[in-house]
Amino acid sequence: MYLTKEEELILAGEYGYALQKAMEILVALGEIYGADRLIPIKSAQIAGVSYKNIGDAGIEFLRDFVDAGAKVSVYTTLNPAGIGNEEFMEKQREVLELYRAMGIEITSTCTPYYGANMPKFGDHLAWSESSAVSFANSILGARTNREGGPSSLAAAIVGKTPNYGLHLEENRKATVIVEIQAKVKEFVDYSFLGYHLGKLLKNDIPYFKGLKPEKIDYLKELGASMAATGSIALYHVEGETPEYKTAITDKLERIQVDDRELEEVKAKYNADWGEIDVILIGCPHASIQEIKEVAELLKMRGRPLKIPLFITASRVIKYLADSLGYTEVIERYNGKIIVDACLIVSPIESWYKGIATNSGKASFYFSSAGLEVRLDNTDKLILEAP
Amino acid sequence: MKVLKGRKITKGRAKGVALVSQKPLSFLGGIDPETGIVKDAESDIKGESVKDKILVFPRGKGSTVGSYVIYQLKKNNVAPKAIVVEDAETIVATGAIIAEIPMVDKIDTKKIKSGQIIEVDADKGEVIIHEEEGI
Repeated sequence: MYLTKEEELILAGEYGYALQKAMEILVALGEIYGADRLIPIKSAQIAGVSYKNIGDAGIEFLRDFVDAGAKVSVYTTLNPAGIGNEEFMEKQREVLELYRAMGIEITSTCTPYYGANMPKFGDHLAWSESSAVSFANSILGARTNREGGPSSLAAAIVGKTPNYGLHLEENRKATVIVEIQAKVKEFVDYSFLGYHLGKLLKNDIPYFKGLKPEKIDYLKELGASMAATGSIALYHVEGETPEYKTAITDKLERIQVDDRELEEVKAKYNADWGEIDVILIGCPHASIQEIKEVAELLKMRGRPLKIPLFITASRVIKYLADSLGYTEVIERYNGKIIVDACLIVSPIESWYKGIATNSGKASFYFSSAGLEVRLDNTDKLILEAP
Repeated sequence: MKVLKGRKITKGRAKGVALVSQKPLSFLGGIDPETGIVKDAESDIKGESVKDKILVFPRGKGSTVGSYVIYQLKKNNVAPKAIVVEDAETIVATGAIIAEIPMVDKIDTKKIKSGQIIEVDADKGEVIIHEEEGI
């Protein structure tokens, strides 16, 4: 891999230990994956934030890195944090403070594009949260590989990433055509579809025919679910996403999805309300439109929920919900908007036994954690819950 | 003496006893960062300690946070002396870099047996097998 004079000096340790280690990581990954050079990135989004995930090992590394003078050189935000008991929260705050000391913006969300950071078409990024990676690549047309925690941090510090994978035009073409014959209309239908295809296609780049999403939030959920059950980091939708016109090459395999396949997912996550003790909306973090919908549904319902409703969202969206009056409505009906955090990366299995959600991604992870799951559309969840 | 040619991932040299796993290895949840003992129930080297071994396995798997576990093994003085894999990927390569453990890839790990004394010269991308049979 070609390195500039400046990059060689960083690698040789002329600019200190932290930059040297970060550069070593980027160069090693570049060599492994056959990059020709490093390219500048516009922003980074870093995983490895929840104390549940990174543990004391991560804290120790981050502390040493901060002590060595690590500072990010591009705009950088974080993945959602975890929520736990007092001891957990103390560790969690320590993690956030270490990231803050590196100059990272402490907004911890899987939807930075709703507020703190909206990339544009063609921007190179080093993002790591799998649904954010999918959104940035597929819906915005920005370019990022699915980074790990340490590799996104290294890219943030150097301000560059190795030029391979989805940074290259030729690797962004569709690898399979997916013809939608099923009824895919509501939010939860996109959860069913994404869940099914992630399992089926693993790391393909699907090209959808016959998909007409009413809202951008539906595509967000489709991408999140495919990235959870598989590792799909980019998809194209005919007539909808920015790169569909250049995505098709000759002789692509075609597959069809019909109602039966989506019903199989629905049947898998069909726990009775009697087994459910919490409702979750906002995986990935909710948009203001999703929050508005929930507030209106709660008013239509007219009586408080007997089990708690959690809506996870970024702080910026919560502020908007506060000022528009939605937070007040939600709280009146036993709901709560949780900011900059994620229940998936929290020790939730010790608090709840069953969860109802509209998210295919959340269903996949909570089921793995041993919870009973009910996956249904937003209106059904709010109107039919006890 | 037999020399296997591979590729340098991180620099350095080390000599020690090989610990060979035929299966991909997960560091997060798979190896106890306090003791260096392999805990992964699916691993064929479960119960073994990686401390001061030359750890040989096909490739890493699991969470990218696994890199930090490799770092913690080093801080706790229970890390392997060197890492030899078939295919380097992000998790293990990053871990080896931040923990400063010599590492090579593109090595046919089936040619190495647990218990053999081997030497890793990462700068040359070589693995040298000193003894054909274990000690």
